[in-house]
Amino acid sequence: MAKILIPTPLRQFTAKQDSVTVPGATVGEVLAALTTEYPDLRKQIFTEEGKLRSFVNVYLNDEDIRYIGKDAAPAADGDTLSLVPSIAGGTH
Amino acid sequence: MTLSKDEILRYSRHLIVPEVGMEGQLKLKAAKVLLVGTGGLGAPLGLYLAAAGIGRIGLVDFDVVDFTNLQRQVIHFTKDVGRPKIDSAAEKMQALNPNVEIVKHEVALSSENALDILKDYDLVVDGTDNFPTRYLVNDACVLLGKPNVYGSIFRFEGQATIFAYEGGPCYRCLYPEPPPPGLVPSCAEGGVLGILPGTIGLIQATETVKLILGIGEPLVGRLLLYDALAMRFRELKLRKNPECPVCGEHRTITRLIDYHQFCGVPQQPPKQESKLTESEIEVTEVKEKLDRGDKFVLIDVREPHEYQICNIPAAKLIPLGEVGKRLGELDPEADIVIHCKSGMRSARACGILRAAGFKHVRNMKGGILAWSDQVDPSVPKY
Repeated sequence: MAKILIPTPLRQFTAKQDSVTVPGATVGEVLAALTTEYPDLRKQIFTEEGKLRSFVNVYLNDEDIRYIGKDAAPAADGDTLSLVPSIAGGTH
Repeated sequence: MTLSKDEILRYSRHLIVPEVGMEGQLKLKAAKVLLVGTGGLGAPLGLYLAAAGIGRIGLVDFDVVDFTNLQRQVIHFTKDVGRPKIDSAAEKMQALNPNVEIVKHEVALSSENALDILKDYDLVVDGTDNFPTRYLVNDACVLLGKPNVYGSIFRFEGQATIFAYEGGPCYRCLYPEPPPPGLVPSCAEGGVLGILPGTIGLIQATETVKLILGIGEPLVGRLLLYDALAMRFRELKLRKNPECPVCGEHRTITRLIDYHQFCGVPQQPPKQESKLTESEIEVTEVKEKLDRGDKFVLIDVREPHEYQICNIPAAKLIPLGEVGKRLGELDPEADIVIHCKSGMRSARACGILRAAGFKHVRNMKGGILAWSDQVDPSVPKY
């Protein structure tokens, strides 16, 4: 089981929850369980080919999963996954 | 370079801090900082950087102050509505500290002018509000080897870090590509807590002053996330991507590109009265249809909290996110008109309905804002 922190722009797809706990032994399994539970989220974070979108980063605790084995990175109980999409706001 | 008697008095609370002192204050006076954007992030940045005694502050903005800015852009006052932001900001900063030189660049930063504007500054502070300019500022900073003090906000959340500092990670290392247009709402669409840009802008100001003074640990290689609702700061590791197209080992971007094309947003065409397309309907015609008692369905695809601000009573509320699920409530043969705030979301809703086989679907041009302008001025604009 890993806790996934959902950022504001994506909460509309997770029934407004700011964190969701789902099963899974790897980052890939956790993300699959998450998007199975919240199918509307799938299109937001994965491409049609099932690849993570390049403007959504996933962190396992404080590490970017791109540098620790991506989907295969082991997710232990008590780990926190963060979805961090790019945001551009500043002026208007 | 020295400080005048007046400056010594003005900066006395800096001068008595050992980490700043006379040496540090002179570094601030010698520094040249470019502030891109004088809006939500730029407002606190401009005020505090001027107060701190940065010698030369360049401003880039070509926008005009409007009423909806005043909830958060504290450098602009009610009397400034309608004025160029750059004049309003420069005036306040100069009034706060006449010792600071303010340079106004009243242009849209572009691939043609960015390198020329940035080259005269020591560091760049990114307070922009859109993806094309963020990638442009990033690439220009990487190409010129200038640190980019980055901040960005959405509703209750903010991000901050320093990119391109002494060969460190850049914005493209973090996000190689921008989201497709429409997927991530802007502040204008998504809203923002007015205080949030103050918090993030001041983190950028703090990092700017630290970089100039050369003290402390710069926010490099770390992405700071701020959640105002939880009142929590988190830090994520930010690594340099060896495959980064602009700062990696095998770089493919060696000069500035077309950032509007890169971000999939066509450059804003010059404002002109656009012709009504077949799939659109004017607000005045919708009003006539209602007055005549025509048989048609008017759908409002905004969010319920927007409906509460103002609405057209005849409209049925189906938020855009629910349109796909609620098609069953609608007759595919019916005459349907869809509206939102300004026409963007309703255009998407029209697309969803047409793809589902609805035959007579039209987008109310200009949304409820146009309705307020042309049909019922008692409807408030937001």
